[in-house]
Amino acid sequence: MSSSGPSADVFAVLDLPAHEQAARLRAGDLTARQLAEAALARVHAQDASLGAYITFMDEEALAQADEADARLRSGNAGPLTGIPIGVKDLLSTKGTLTTAASRMLEGFRPIIDCTVVARLREAGAVFVGKTNLDEFAMGSSTEHSAFAQTHNPWDLARVPGGSSGGSAATVAAGGVPLSLGTDTGGSIRQPAALCGILGLKPTYGRVSRFGVIAFASSLEQVGPFGRDAEDVALLLQAIAGLDPNDATTAPVPVPDYREEFARGIEGLRVGVPRDFFVEGMEDGVRQAVEDAIAVFERNGAVVDRDVALPTVSAALPVYYIIAPSEASANLARYDGVKYGFSYHDAASMWEEMEQTRGRGFGDEVKRRIMIGTYALSAGYYDAYYLKAQKVRTLIRRDFDAALSNHDLLLTPTAPTVAFRLGAKTDDPLAMYLNDLCTLPVNIAGNPGMSVPCGFSEGLPVGLQLIGRPFEEATLLRAAHAYGTFTDWHLRRPPALASDGAGA
Amino acid sequence: MPLTADEVRHIARLARLGLSPEEVERFRDQLSTILDHFQGLNAFDTEGVPPTAQSFDLTNVERDDRARPSADRSEVLANAPRTEGAYVRVRAVLD
Repeated sequence: MSSSGPSADVFAVLDLPAHEQAARLRAGDLTARQLAEAALARVHAQDASLGAYITFMDEEALAQADEADARLRSGNAGPLTGIPIGVKDLLSTKGTLTTAASRMLEGFRPIIDCTVVARLREAGAVFVGKTNLDEFAMGSSTEHSAFAQTHNPWDLARVPGGSSGGSAATVAAGGVPLSLGTDTGGSIRQPAALCGILGLKPTYGRVSRFGVIAFASSLEQVGPFGRDAEDVALLLQAIAGLDPNDATTAPVPVPDYREEFARGIEGLRVGVPRDFFVEGMEDGVRQAVEDAIAVFERNGAVVDRDVALPTVSAALPVYYIIAPSEASANLARYDGVKYGFSYHDAASMWEEMEQTRGRGFGDEVKRRIMIGTYALSAGYYDAYYLKAQKVRTLIRRDFDAALSNHDLLLTPTAPTVAFRLGAKTDDPLAMYLNDLCTLPVNIAGNPGMSVPCGFSEGLPVGLQLIGRPFEEATLLRAAHAYGTFTDWHLRRPPALASDGAGA
Repeated sequence: MPLTADEVRHIARLARLGLSPEEVERFRDQLSTILDHFQGLNAFDTEGVPPTAQSFDLTNVERDDRARPSADRSEVLANAPRTEGAYVRVRAVLD
C-alpha cells in the first residue's frame, strides 16, 4: 500500500482477535473505518498469492464501517460492530454477486440476504468480501472452484482444505479475524484444521439455512471460523437461534457461550473413540492429537480411551449416498430459465437445458448429481438411499450412546495435514477419504469443532471436539480452556510476500 | 459391478446433464469405483431399523399465515437470462 494507507498501528490491531479489536474500537483507539481500510488493504494485497476471495465488497464495507462508527459514537455498539468479516460465497448477500464458485451462478445477484448475513448486518459487522469455496461446497480442497485457486497460507503449494477454504485461509493469514463457512461433511472443521485456526459446525438446526445456497439440506449448517474460542463463541452467538424462515431451526434456547468459560474442564468426562484413528492416518497427526488429549487429562478432565463407535466405518458410504441424493434434488433448480448460466444455441428446450447444466456445472458437481440420481433411481432406491438412511439411524444411536456417559468426544479432525495442490483431484475417492473423521458428525447432526493442537511436518494439525446436540457451549468452553493450557492457536503462518504494510 | 456406458447415459438423461463422450467414459469409471465402495454398507444389519431423514425429528412446524410483501418483480427478473415485459421467456416446451 502507498504511504497514505493505514498505519502500522492499525494493522497491529487487525492482528488481534475480534473481541480485542472491538475493545479498541469502543475505547476510541481507532475507528471502524480505519480498521476496515486496513482489512481491505490486506485482503487485496494477500489475494495475489492466497486466492481466498471471489468478490471483494470494498464500497459496501466502507459504508458499513461508517455506520459502525456512528453506532460506536452513540454508544449503541455490540460485540461485532465494526469487525471485518469474510463470508463464504455460498451465502446470499442482497445485491452482491453470489456464485457458489460455479459458472452456473456467474453474475447472480440475490434479492435477499440469508438470515445469518442479515443478523450480522444488524450487529454492525463489516463484510470485506465473498470467499472462495469448492463449487456448491462439494469438495475438501477448494480446488473445485470455477473462479479461483485458494492456497494454504502455511505453504502456498498446498490446499487450504475445503469446501470453505477461502474463509479459512483469510482468517489464518490475518486478513480478517472472523469468517463464515458452511459444513456439510467437514467443510468448516477440515479447512480450520489444515489452516491452523478454529472452526465450529453447529448442531443441525442451531443456525438458520435460509438464503444459503442448498447442497445437502439434512446435513449442512453455517458456522464460524476464528483464531480463538472467544471469537468463535461471539460469532456463533450472533447467528444462532430460531428463524421463522427456516422450519428446521430448533426451538432450543441459545445460552451465553462466553459465560460458560469460567466453568473450566475440571471433571469434564472426555471420550476418545478409537474408531476415528483410521488406517492411513499420518503419524504426526496421531501424535499431536494424543498429546492434546494428554493436556486435557493433566488439567482435570476424566479421559476414557476405550469408547466404541463402530458404525463410523459406515459414514463414508452413508454420506456419499445421502449428500449426493439431496444435491441431485437441490440442484435440479438450475435449468437456465430463472437465473444463472443459460445455453441458448440448441435445437429444443430439453437440449438447451441439458447443455446449460452440462456446461454450467463443473466435474465434481456433475459427478455428485450422477451418484445421487443413480441412488434415487427406480430399482436402486432401496439398496442405496433407504439403506443409507437406516445406517444413518445406527450412527446416530452410536453417538447418543457414546455421549450418554461422556460430555465430549475428542478425535483428529482430518487424517492428514494439508496435502499438495493437485494431489487428489484425479481420484475422487481419495479426496472423500480426507473427511472420514468429520462426516459422521454431520450424519448424526451433533455439533463439532476443530481446534489447533500442534504441527506435523511444519503444518497445522486439528483436534476435533464432538458434543451432544445443542451443547456447543461445552465445545467452546473446552476449546477455550485448551487455549489457556497451550498456545498452538497463537501460531501464525509466515507473512505472505504480498502482505503489504504491517503484516 | 462396473456401470455400462448406456447406464451412465441413462442417469445423465434423468438428471438432464449433457455429457460429452469423454465424460461418459470418465464417469463410468469413477462412478463404478464409488458405487463399489458403497457395498460396505451391506455389512450393517438394518433389519427393523427405521430410516433417518433428519437428525432431530422436528415435525409440524407452523407459523401464522399472514400477508406480507412479496419479492420485487424487477429485481427478480434482473437475474433471468431471457425476459419479455414482465415475464421470463422460455423455449417452447411442446413442438
